[in-house]
Amino acid sequence: MSPHSEAPLLEVSGLRKSFDLSKPFINRLIERSERQLVRAVDGVDFTIQRGQTLSLVGESGCGKSTVAKLIMGLTRPSGGSIRFEGTELADQSAGKPAPVRRRMQMIFQDPYASLNPRWRVARIIAEPMKSFGTHPDPQARRREVDRLLEFVGLGAADGDKFPHEFSGGQRQRISIARAISTKPEFLVCDEPTSALDVSVQAQILNLMRELQRELGLTYLFISHDLAVVNYISDWIGVMYLGRLVELAPAAQIFANPQHPYTRLLLDTVPDISMVNRDMDRPAGEVPNPITPPPGCHFHPRCAHADARCKAQMPDFIATATGHARCHAVQEGRLSPIAERTALRGVM
Amino acid sequence: MTLLQVENLTVEFPSRRGTLTAIEDVCLTVAPGEILGMVGESGAGKSMTGAAIIGLIEPPGRIARGEIRLEGERIDNLDREAMRRVRGRRIGAIFQDPLTSLNPVLTVGEQLIETIQTHLKLSRSAARERAIDWLRRVGIPAPEKRVDTYPHQYSGGMRQRVVIALALCAEPRLIIADEPTTALDVSVQAQIIALLRKLCKETGASVILVTHDMGVIAETADRVAVMYAGRVIEVGTVADVLRAPRHPYTAGLMASIPRIGEKPDILPQIDGSMPRLNARPDGCAFNPRCPKRMDICTRLRPELTPDAHGDVACHLFSKEPAT
Repeated sequence: MSPHSEAPLLEVSGLRKSFDLSKPFINRLIERSERQLVRAVDGVDFTIQRGQTLSLVGESGCGKSTVAKLIMGLTRPSGGSIRFEGTELADQSAGKPAPVRRRMQMIFQDPYASLNPRWRVARIIAEPMKSFGTHPDPQARRREVDRLLEFVGLGAADGDKFPHEFSGGQRQRISIARAISTKPEFLVCDEPTSALDVSVQAQILNLMRELQRELGLTYLFISHDLAVVNYISDWIGVMYLGRLVELAPAAQIFANPQHPYTRLLLDTVPDISMVNRDMDRPAGEVPNPITPPPGCHFHPRCAHADARCKAQMPDFIATATGHARCHAVQEGRLSPIAERTALRGVM
Repeated sequence: MTLLQVENLTVEFPSRRGTLTAIEDVCLTVAPGEILGMVGESGAGKSMTGAAIIGLIEPPGRIARGEIRLEGERIDNLDREAMRRVRGRRIGAIFQDPLTSLNPVLTVGEQLIETIQTHLKLSRSAARERAIDWLRRVGIPAPEKRVDTYPHQYSGGMRQRVVIALALCAEPRLIIADEPTTALDVSVQAQIIALLRKLCKETGASVILVTHDMGVIAETADRVAVMYAGRVIEVGTVADVLRAPRHPYTAGLMASIPRIGEKPDILPQIDGSMPRLNARPDGCAFNPRCPKRMDICTRLRPELTPDAHGDVACHLFSKEPAT
């Protein structure tokens, strides 16, 4: 499980993305206002080993989907590096370099919006093969489409239908078939089950695990659902307002969360094994990302915050379980996980 | 005495291709002060049941049969004006998206005062005092100042607090909360659920909590009703239904939810998906997906039958196997 046993498939370091929300130049001149930048992703570092799953979790606006888009080249980073098997992608425009991009694909959240409603399913699935030229012969391409449809649990005859004839879960299977059609090694999955019902969610999660075992896929999985993430991941990164606050093996995050924000998330997620738990925990809300609190972004909501947390941004330091960005963890000021285990021990 | 009694409630939508039955023979009771969770997948009819109770079925939809009784009095056949007085005063509503359930061009105070004065005979200044008091009770900091601000000046969690204040300010006996936390982040969701539970304990109001999130139900509700394809298929206390579900659908649903602290190789899954409104199978609607299907399940619809652990609509639990 060591992250450094071999060269990682994906290596992200110091990744940054700012969005400019400034008013037009002339307005700024008249109103004497400053430029206004949102640091959606603010120095994120992680690596993913071949065949493993790293999940990024966090609340809305924490930058997890922006990280996914940056890696896929759907938006250009403001700084930092993204290396896929050693090839630098951060300074390349979308689709370049093509040989590497073919090996990376993406599954989106909304299966209703991510499939062209006017195309038949076979054409949707064949599109990546056509654009990357992996199956130049149309008949061979169609045979491959049929094989993929059966592989994801649909029938070859479904290729002649339109997306509206399928349920949400079936559409997500079509998205998956499209994503694996160019035989990628790396998939970015942005909330692939959030729009689905629970009983269908289990089908899609099982399919994704099966694909990983059979095809040796590597996943970057984006989600806000900690229980789903627990099921699918080897490593978990917790994001808060653009920064990665904790990164550790999945089992460790749940058994031994270090950062106070990770603990807060674990304590507040509704869990079906906790019948009528007392949930009265004052926890505040995520601040406006345009004006994040100075120092550690989490300090206004943190019970362990002191003067240093308010002034100085914590470094991403190694901990007993992985990495965390917290002064209290670094100084050993945090009580161990006693309160949490006591809480969970009930069941 | 039960606060709300729903019997054989059936809602239909006439369409060009025949009549679609959204919910069919739904039976429910809600006791005073109780939180009843309603769960099910999208299209199961849980929101439709809530809308029918509060009299908000949009035409051409209509209640085809059945009765809804609030404190013993029928409310399903009231005219618009009479139902408008019931809504807000006796039944409050909280919807999913706090931004669209508030009027963006009125201050939060105006909206609260309007609701209070519509239902209670209070002067404007008394209503304003009451509005500020409600904002304080739902945990809005500095309510004297925030009462004169607009919804866009509130964060998502704070807006949902305002919506809760609006639902409760006329002190209704029953609240219909339709996915009240789905649009919120997890750390905020917990606060809103805790707030809803606390206020209902204080005011003695009952809640029908409609959600697809079993975790929310587990931590909030007293009893839970599980819906599938327009019908209630299992009702019982949260502990019974979640720990020892009996209907094969409920059991499959519970098993398929990933849990923190457990990591099986394969999640148990229910194959297939819920049938569409116009393609419900005969007999038990769940029979094509059911691992315990019997002959009778394809022929005869099982009725909700009470026993020691609640009610379940499944032939496995029928007392006398019908022939």
